[in-house]
Amino acid sequence: MLDRAITRTTPYIAMLPAYAAAFVGYLGSIGWMIYISFTASKSLPKYELVGTYQYERLFQTTRWLISLENMFLIAVGVIALTLALGTLLAIALDQHVSGESVFRTIFLYPYAMSLVVTGIAWQWLLNPQHGLAAILEGIGLDFFDSNILNRPDLALWAIVIACVWQGAGLTVVIILSALRSVDNDLWRIAKVEGIPAWRMYVSVVLPMLRPAFYTASFLMLLGVVSLYELVLALTGGGPGISTEVPTKFIMDYLFQRGNIGLAAAACVTLLAIIAVCGLVFLMLRNRVALNRGLDRSAS
Amino acid sequence: MTTDDTAELAGASIAAHTKSTRLRRRAVAKAITYAFLTLWAAAFLLPLYVMLVTSFKSMDEIRGGSMLALPQVFDPSPWVIAWSSACTGIECGGVRVGFWNSVVTVVPAVAGTLALGLVSGYGFALSRLALRKVVFIALMFGTFLPWQFFVFPLGRIYSAVGIYGSLWAIWITHIFFCMPITALLFKNYFESLPAEIIKAARVDGAGFLQLLWYVLLPMSGPIAAVAAILNVTLIWNNFLVGLVFGGREWFPMTVQLNNIVNSQLGEKAYNVNMAATILTAAVPLAIYFFSGRWFIRGISAGAVKG
Repeated sequence: MLDRAITRTTPYIAMLPAYAAAFVGYLGSIGWMIYISFTASKSLPKYELVGTYQYERLFQTTRWLISLENMFLIAVGVIALTLALGTLLAIALDQHVSGESVFRTIFLYPYAMSLVVTGIAWQWLLNPQHGLAAILEGIGLDFFDSNILNRPDLALWAIVIACVWQGAGLTVVIILSALRSVDNDLWRIAKVEGIPAWRMYVSVVLPMLRPAFYTASFLMLLGVVSLYELVLALTGGGPGISTEVPTKFIMDYLFQRGNIGLAAAACVTLLAIIAVCGLVFLMLRNRVALNRGLDRSAS
Repeated sequence: MTTDDTAELAGASIAAHTKSTRLRRRAVAKAITYAFLTLWAAAFLLPLYVMLVTSFKSMDEIRGGSMLALPQVFDPSPWVIAWSSACTGIECGGVRVGFWNSVVTVVPAVAGTLALGLVSGYGFALSRLALRKVVFIALMFGTFLPWQFFVFPLGRIYSAVGIYGSLWAIWITHIFFCMPITALLFKNYFESLPAEIIKAARVDGAGFLQLLWYVLLPMSGPIAAVAAILNVTLIWNNFLVGLVFGGREWFPMTVQLNNIVNSQLGEKAYNVNMAATILTAAVPLAIYFFSGRWFIRGISAGAVKG
């Protein structure tokens, strides 16, 4: 009797930490932050509801608006550049090159490092006096302003470059594995029909890779929304507040400015953005899956 | 020679000609492919190269010469300073203190993450517990959100329990953040095993934990290695958890590095900074270069974080 009771409860005891993490840690934190975002909490939490006051204030705060805008600009820049570069590199790697694993190892190694490391490395690489752009300027190539880190209108590009360097390898891996799953018969048919390879890529293969593009983009988007250490280490949000990002806004309002209510409203805004993008991502992927299913049933 | 023969010869020569142009074109394409890959490989390696050469130069040489030049005199002293005496603005102990803090953080945190991830992944894959799907989705969704979302509520819980500012807070937070993705790895692995193995063990009367301990665990070596590599990298590279929950005493290497580099006023000691940066990146880089494919397997599952 007792034996059976123990056998029946062991799964529950074993899974207790996971259940606690989900309900208390994750859902509890999310619920608590959502609640706090509707209160007038300052440096200490208050539990009296005041409606959307924090959200109204948040969207009147210049620094938040700049942070949000920067987040979108970084996301667009990083996703566009990484997809373009990652696709070209993956296609190049897919041409039966020798030393493929060496190249792949090189493209992916930045991903193994901390974002703090990446930020500090690029702070030095983009140094106004000694940096790469200064070297290019020295040999007459001045298409890149060597002062990029000190210019409010350009400093965001430094973050985009560092992000692309850090994350492009992952996109290469994702796209390469999608390329490898393309049916070899397609290539055989193309060869028989005399269709040039570039034509195949543009009209047949790349459209087939859409799910991989969606996945890579969504992962990059999550990375950009969470971006914190890189900005802290590379620009510190400056010059001025020109490279501030939402996560840094949240940290500053939680721990330095003592305004939990405003920080909570900022958190919930990010939650909404991630939720919407996640839904769009799922819909796009499902649509691809659905079309595939229809194709298959038609043929 | 008949006209037919001539035509045949002409045809053959045209065929040979198109074949040779095709071959030549293919060779050109191959050359362009390699040139493209090599160029970008060089671009990706450039930052590491610059960091390395900078770390061995004297400040005079850095000021006077090009960033890309090899050091004229190899000077190891920046490394010594970075390791043991660089200043953070508060203290001057180099990244050494942070290194040992990171070691003390990573080992128990990874052990805890693996243990909990194993048991939870097993439970998600093979138990029929109520709400397990809801719990799993909540954990996965939680890993999508920025960690800033959780620092304040978690901090309040830790304060209430009295572990804020201790190693316990750091360990628990790391386990909390890394367990879902680890559970996902184990869950997918257990679900990929042939159902007969599990059925046979159940017929033999194995209970919930016996099945895990005697049957599944001995087969889990490779996936455990993948999970360990992923978690060591994630936790070593993390910045936020040690910054917020541990207090100054337990700052990990990443925080120490940022404090050393970004608290310097006036001209920065670039050589020392680059040595400190490479030292901070050394552990995950070594793991990466030695583990190769296993690392890739881990990140393709764990790419949502880090």
